[in-house]
Amino acid sequence: MLRVKDLSVAYGTRTVLENVTLQLLPGSCLAIVGPNGAGKSTLLKTLNGSLKPLRGEIELEGKSIQHYRRRQISRRIAVVAQEAELRFPVTVLEFVLGGRYAWASTSAWGWETEHDLEIASEVLRETELLDLQGRLLGELSGGERQRCLLARALVTEAPLLLLDEPTANLDLAHQAAILSLVRGRCDRRNAAAIVITHDLNLAAQFADLVLVLMQGTTMALGGPAAVFTDKLLKQVFEVDVLVDAHPVTGVPRLTPVHRMNPS
Amino acid sequence: MSAAPLTNPLLTGRVTFRQTLFVCAVLSFAVLTAVFLMSLIGSEQLPIGPSLCALVSGGQNPCGLTAEQFSILFQIRLPRILLAATVGASLAAAGASYQALLRNPLAEPYLLGVSNGAAVGTMIALVFLGSWELSRPLLAFSGALAATLVVYRLASGRAGATPERLILAGVIVTTFLSSVIVFVTTLLDATRIRSFTFWLLGDLSGASVSLLTVAIAIALAGTAVLALHARSLNLLMLGERDAFDLGVEVSRVRVMVFLAAGLLVGSSVASSGSVGYVGLVVPHLVRLSLGSDNRMTIPAAALGGALFVIVADTVARTIIAPRELPVGAITALVGAPLFIYLLRRGR
Repeated sequence: MLRVKDLSVAYGTRTVLENVTLQLLPGSCLAIVGPNGAGKSTLLKTLNGSLKPLRGEIELEGKSIQHYRRRQISRRIAVVAQEAELRFPVTVLEFVLGGRYAWASTSAWGWETEHDLEIASEVLRETELLDLQGRLLGELSGGERQRCLLARALVTEAPLLLLDEPTANLDLAHQAAILSLVRGRCDRRNAAAIVITHDLNLAAQFADLVLVLMQGTTMALGGPAAVFTDKLLKQVFEVDVLVDAHPVTGVPRLTPVHRMNPS
Repeated sequence: MSAAPLTNPLLTGRVTFRQTLFVCAVLSFAVLTAVFLMSLIGSEQLPIGPSLCALVSGGQNPCGLTAEQFSILFQIRLPRILLAATVGASLAAAGASYQALLRNPLAEPYLLGVSNGAAVGTMIALVFLGSWELSRPLLAFSGALAATLVVYRLASGRAGATPERLILAGVIVTTFLSSVIVFVTTLLDATRIRSFTFWLLGDLSGASVSLLTVAIAIALAGTAVLALHARSLNLLMLGERDAFDLGVEVSRVRVMVFLAAGLLVGSSVASSGSVGYVGLVVPHLVRLSLGSDNRMTIPAAALGGALFVIVADTVARTIIAPRELPVGAITALVGAPLFIYLLRRGR
């Protein structure tokens, strides 16, 4: 579905990503982890075409991403980014229907079709937003707004989902709910997802693949069990981490060891 | 945001095509009614029945109006009211689009300095190309675009333009252009200065038929172009990055909206000076009652703007009759307090 080869990205003269190579198959979930400033969000923006790479290739469904038009990309890649500040009142339904833009038959004018509305109400049900669809986005809680962002991305029906910290600011139950929705899309509809997260345990649980970035370079890429070793984590995050197997799921369980000793 | 039931578009969670058609039909009817009623009012009151008959006949049949009444209706009032409608529609549609595009509820042609840019263009045309009337809308359009670009450049920093930053940039450009206007004014002879000052505040009395025709054509075409970009504007309103991710060709839409809105502002300033705050008051009221979907907001604001300026101009020409106020004085009287309210609520 997605192939990235030797991708490098620079802001001006500063290189922020160097020679990243990865491949994503339908049905799989990739987690990107790494310290702040490692280039995680930059990678996501480049994959989506909003940043131009310095070198390297991005292939989407076998074709270089440069050969797609904007709307064609948006039908294939959906993004859940950090929430933008709202300056106008919009309802949940209006917001979520925005995800159908790339499917409109005319470039910009036009109204949502019955088909658009069916997809939207199905997604609203999945994301438990059906009862809130007439409410204004500004009146919702942070968790509900985060679900709206995810719902809008799902409504695009894009087979590749890019999520930038989708669980930040969410409580435990909502974190799990969002990630299981994403996981469900991958399993049942052969979608693929790339998720940036700071929660390594969450990554270990839902991801098939983990990419560890540090200062723009790939430190490790592989299954959670292969990637999450105490040695690598110490090197990347400069913290001692105890790695053992989760007693219930068996995936790697990471416990940072903070020695709170001032002397 | 503010109280829920009001901002909720017709309580269904979204605006439909049929609702938009319905609202536009009602507003069109209201505009036609206002055109008729306001054409009766003035220093010379015209009789209702014969005037309606004459208007419906399209000026073919005097229907019992005296020759003087007939010429007041068709030579003086009707062109003026049609110009008021055109200017109002142009400014309100442009304002609504600027607001969505710039993600800024305070954006407005007058406050952004776009109107003053167009005013400088018009004055240059008046002073140097006076005999060629169509040079006015052309130069006004160029002036409006130039001012738009400068303000947009000044306001957009690394983190994007905040509402306040944009307004500050608008104020800077406006004051700069005001001094240019003063400078150009001094090049004129004294008898024309007074009519110029009047025109600067928005004056609908001086419309020639050819300028009016141009203004109507531009109002229709410009509003149509903006309405055709309404769905893109819906997404841009929520953030440029989101819009891009969802498939909006952001730079193309931005150019189209700046061009169309610049044309609308340019042609209305060229024919009637800077009528302020129409682009702020009307879209705000429309959003408050009908929601933020631009497919509804832009056409409804255009019609609402026409209604607003027709009424404001009737007030302007009757309130201290036989003398007249510039219509811009009336719109600012309504608009400035609303602007302060919006600014405070934004905090």
